[in-house]
Amino acid sequence: MKKVLMSVAVGAAFVMAAGSASAQTLNQVKSRGVLQCGSNTGLAGFGQPDAQGNWTGLDVDYCRAIAAAIFNDASKVKFVPLSAKDRFTALQSGEVDVLVRNTTWTMSRDTQLGLEFGPVNYYDGQGFMVRKKLKIASAMELSGASVCTQQGTTTELNLADFFRANKLKYEVVAFASSDETIKAYDAGRCDVFTTDASGLYAERLKLTAPDDHIVLPEIISKEPLGAAWRHGDNQWGDIVKWVHYAMVNAEEYGVTKANVDEMLKSGNPDVKRLLGTEGKFGEAIGLTNDWAYRVIKQVGNYGESFDRNVGAGSRLKIARGVNALWSKGGLQYAPPIR
Amino acid sequence: MSSVDAPKLGETGGDEKPRVAFWNDPEKRGYLFQALLFVIVMFLVYEAASNAIANMTKQKIATGFGFWNNTAGFDIGQRLVPYETTSSYGRAFWVGLVNTLLVAGIGIVLATMLGFIIGVARLSKNVLVNKLAAIYVEVIRNTPLLLQLLFWYNAVLKALPEVRDSVAMPGGFFLNNRGLFMPEPVFGASFSWVTWALSAGLMGYFAYGRWARKRQERTGQQSPVLLVGFGLVIAVPLLIYIAAGQPLSFNIPDLGRFNIRGGVQVYPEFVALLLGLVIYTAAFIAEVVRAGIQAVSKGQTEAAYALGLRPGPTLDLVVIPQAMRVIIPPLTSQYLNLTKNSSLAVAVGYPDLVQVFMGTVLNQTGQAVEVIAITMAVYLTISLFTSLVMNWYNSRKALVER
Repeated sequence: MKKVLMSVAVGAAFVMAAGSASAQTLNQVKSRGVLQCGSNTGLAGFGQPDAQGNWTGLDVDYCRAIAAAIFNDASKVKFVPLSAKDRFTALQSGEVDVLVRNTTWTMSRDTQLGLEFGPVNYYDGQGFMVRKKLKIASAMELSGASVCTQQGTTTELNLADFFRANKLKYEVVAFASSDETIKAYDAGRCDVFTTDASGLYAERLKLTAPDDHIVLPEIISKEPLGAAWRHGDNQWGDIVKWVHYAMVNAEEYGVTKANVDEMLKSGNPDVKRLLGTEGKFGEAIGLTNDWAYRVIKQVGNYGESFDRNVGAGSRLKIARGVNALWSKGGLQYAPPIR
Repeated sequence: MSSVDAPKLGETGGDEKPRVAFWNDPEKRGYLFQALLFVIVMFLVYEAASNAIANMTKQKIATGFGFWNNTAGFDIGQRLVPYETTSSYGRAFWVGLVNTLLVAGIGIVLATMLGFIIGVARLSKNVLVNKLAAIYVEVIRNTPLLLQLLFWYNAVLKALPEVRDSVAMPGGFFLNNRGLFMPEPVFGASFSWVTWALSAGLMGYFAYGRWARKRQERTGQQSPVLLVGFGLVIAVPLLIYIAAGQPLSFNIPDLGRFNIRGGVQVYPEFVALLLGLVIYTAAFIAEVVRAGIQAVSKGQTEAAYALGLRPGPTLDLVVIPQAMRVIIPPLTSQYLNLTKNSSLAVAVGYPDLVQVFMGTVLNQTGQAVEVIAITMAVYLTISLFTSLVMNWYNSRKALVER
């Protein structure tokens, strides 16, 4: 009889756990009082904790902006470090509310994993890094090389495609975490280290002698990195999307962290709608009307976040390039708030 | 008198057995509860499965095993099964499985050998040998395996030279931080003759050995088993090899621009994992062996000495056979541990089943439930098979009681 009770209990636990997955994310986040954000285990410029445990990065700023919009407190985020291969399972199972972890938006991920992908906060592409002393100028000279990469990534697939398409031979060594991957490359296990180009610059800082390595010019893939959330919760999706669009619009209208209070008095109708002095756009997504003001006040606009984390104001010094505003020849374009 | 009465009593008792309702019959009631429990368990399994499927469908997560034949699109370093980027996920599964079996199989053999040596050394009367073995066991057994694996991987890698400074060893062997490169044997067409001769020779050798042992038991006469064995297993195949025109050549590895080309490559990931597993498990096996030997009472050894056996044969013929009965069951669980621990391959980048299938395939397909279920079933099958073999071996070695 004891056995019967046991199995009933176990079965019931399973059934109930599976049943609660479809509840509304915003309500869960509000009642929990903190946003759980899936982030990288440590990638300079995108998501990395420092020695005191303070997280910084472009992806981290995105999560803080969502928290600012909901709670009016950008610090109410719990960052959950996830490896590339665990990230989707963590999101599917509800361990995190949103995944902002330099994750490439692909069709299969969008359609088969039960996830939705949102705005792209960084347009990237895959590149290669090699030792200078090999005297290689192009990826086409890599035949016979051994390549270190992280498993469970689009990188792993692009790599196979690139070498197959160009009929080059290679040997792959795949690791579960980015730290193990770069360590093995540093130890000389591989000739080539490959990941997204932004990641190459970030990971190079971890090498014992960063100046002995160069990044090859070829970019072999499209890697639109963006946020992902669970399929089926459109209200939550709207919040995640519009927080990013608000940051991009703010940059376009010249609203910054420093001048946002002055901008409240602005006569520009675009700015008025953005900051909530006109219209009820915040209520439409289940937040307060000053949602975007909170984001810009506490985190800043997209350009500021980019500069601080990966751009000119950071150690990475990555040029805006395709990530510039559409009005400046880039791809960052936000639909209008109206 | 009573012998005549007894069957009568039995018969009448059988006929007049009182009819009881089935719920008052403990045996039938037992069956009822069994059936009830079975139905409930089945219902719960069905409910859990259909609930999971319904929820995944609602969340638009792909379900089913259709992904098995889809193109994998990624590469695997060490592969003993033919595999291309364009192969299917199913093929990737087999590559991973074979890699797991390879490291587990070789690991079990080496760990057993090392474990027996250390275990016997721990019982040595030589203080130095004894203490060294004790230190080995205590240090290895009391540190986490993952730590040891990382140590071996980094120690193995860091210590080895780069490709350009490869250590060239006689016979076409190269050693560098990409692994050990060995000449690859290339078999000619007529080499099959040699293979046939060798297997026939081996069978002949075993048959002869059996016959010789029986003969010795019967008559006390010894036969030249070693000499005949040498002739059957080595001399005859060698003669055939020469007669067939030496149909065996080697593909010698050659230093290329990045890597060494040709030959057989033993990957450092494999070596690190194997070293870690063997050294770790050997410490446990050593303790099992020591316990087994100590379980044989001292009187057995003394009796053997009294019969005039020297220490060597005493260990071989008296102590070990009895110790084996104690050793085999815990040894089986060590084998199972080694096999399951091989899944730590993930940490050192060795493409075993967990790394390839539960890592990359799970991530690319996103079908966690299916992939994990398959992986669990595979480990269960491997473990049950190992247990089966070891139980069979155990029953052969167990004390036959008459």
